[in-house]
Amino acid sequence: MLIRRPADILPSEITPRALFEGRRDFIRRAGLGLAAGAALWHGLPARGAQAAQRLAPLQPSAFSTDEARTDVGHATTYNNFYEFGTGKDDPLRNAHRMQVRPWTVRVEGLVNKPRSFDLDELLRLAPLEERIYRLRCVEGWSMVIPWAGFPLAALLKAVEPQGSAKYVQFVTHYDAEIMTRRPVLIWPYTEGLRLDEALHQMTLLTFGMYGEVLPHQNGAPVRVVVPWKYGFKSAKSIVAIRLVEEEPITAWNRYAPQEYGFYSNVNPEVSHPRWSQATERRIGELRRRPTLMFNGYAEQVAQLYQGMDLKKYY
Amino acid sequence: MNLHAPTPFQLAALKVLVLALCLVPAALLAHGWFAGTLGANPIETLQRGTGEWTLNMLLVTLAVTPLRRLTGLHWLQRLRRMLGLVAFAWACAHLANWAWLDLWFDWGAIAADILKRPYVTVGFAAFVLLLPLAATSNAFAIRRLGGRRWQALHRSVYAIAILGVVHYWWLVKADVLKPLIYALVLAALLGVRAWWRELERRRQIAAGAPQFKGKVIRILR
Repeated sequence: MLIRRPADILPSEITPRALFEGRRDFIRRAGLGLAAGAALWHGLPARGAQAAQRLAPLQPSAFSTDEARTDVGHATTYNNFYEFGTGKDDPLRNAHRMQVRPWTVRVEGLVNKPRSFDLDELLRLAPLEERIYRLRCVEGWSMVIPWAGFPLAALLKAVEPQGSAKYVQFVTHYDAEIMTRRPVLIWPYTEGLRLDEALHQMTLLTFGMYGEVLPHQNGAPVRVVVPWKYGFKSAKSIVAIRLVEEEPITAWNRYAPQEYGFYSNVNPEVSHPRWSQATERRIGELRRRPTLMFNGYAEQVAQLYQGMDLKKYY
Repeated sequence: MNLHAPTPFQLAALKVLVLALCLVPAALLAHGWFAGTLGANPIETLQRGTGEWTLNMLLVTLAVTPLRRLTGLHWLQRLRRMLGLVAFAWACAHLANWAWLDLWFDWGAIAADILKRPYVTVGFAAFVLLLPLAATSNAFAIRRLGGRRWQALHRSVYAIAILGVVHYWWLVKADVLKPLIYALVLAALLGVRAWWRELERRRQIAAGAPQFKGKVIRILR
């Protein structure tokens, strides 16, 4: 017989200190009758509970777009991070529970020098660049975000991939104590790239955005950003990177293979089975705009897919 | 106030009160739109909000008959037409938001969605089926059609509600928790009708009502 007294209070029910200390302010705001809903929205800290830390110096990059950046308040409050809930503002509300220090990333599999890196070791691998990329979500919206990071290739080269390595799998953080236990997707969330995609200079190992460290809800403390693919390919809060020979399991592909292919390159000509991908709404804009092939990065990445039928390998 | 027999004045006041309550979520969404507090993607927030309120009001409308039977508050029936029309108004807002704010009257995209995307197809079908119900939600139409035909027509609300829930179920990317809740509530509301019907059938058979191949022939008074 198992005798274990459950804790009096779930960790998930403990109010973060910052929110607790702001309770009177919150109540005062919430008391405004009809505007209560609006007040709740404003009552949420726009960037989560953690204090922002600046990342500097950041080198500029020729890969950056000069399009208008998405408002940082939007980019940090409208997120898909299903471990923290499927609502767009759930990650903002819940991700602060995640401990992002200390943090280690295991790099393993078909490499000559498998090893774990802690966050500071990772940050020392290469100079940080600011990369202003378009981000296109498979749901039909897009943003322009200034990321801070360096090419994933720098990390991969440090561990020396073996000749048999053909793919890279990203395993992300999962902790049932602080994340949803419902099997919405298979946890931990996994993603993957072909090795040549992972080594592409645009594939960014990312530590920050808008000049500061990544907010928790955006995948702190380290994620990848693959700007020519739908957003879900850019795995958040990575704990392991595996080099493998076979195409790895990826969360959305496993969930609905007919809807989310392994490649999932942004492609206006290949519809999602349930909605068109021809247009997108740039967050902050009213009208839809046409979606571009490879999210507008065809010049940089189209050669990776030469001779491939992109309707078959969607 | 006698809860079982409100005066005409009390009933009218009740109607006004219920209608005002129904308008609160619409006022909140409208306020949010103009105040810029609907989040990063306000058009999506409106699309979700109007859709969920269409379903909410359809389920509220379908709850009137069971509630009346359980509580004996027969005047609840007098609110039903208005509640149904509120559901229709939400459906109109949902459709308008989609065709106007989301797709900006891009008729090609609208037609392609209706024809090619099953979740849009069923949602649109539900809206089209709502049109005759809304058009006949008045005393004149009831007199014109006759109670029996009017009732037969308005039973299509069962199919409309099912299509509405299917529409929601098919559009979510993953995590069908919310559509599942709607489906369960709808199943309960339709199930209790089926069960009562079965009880009535048994009662009539026991009472020696005329039958034809085991079916009770309904005798309308």
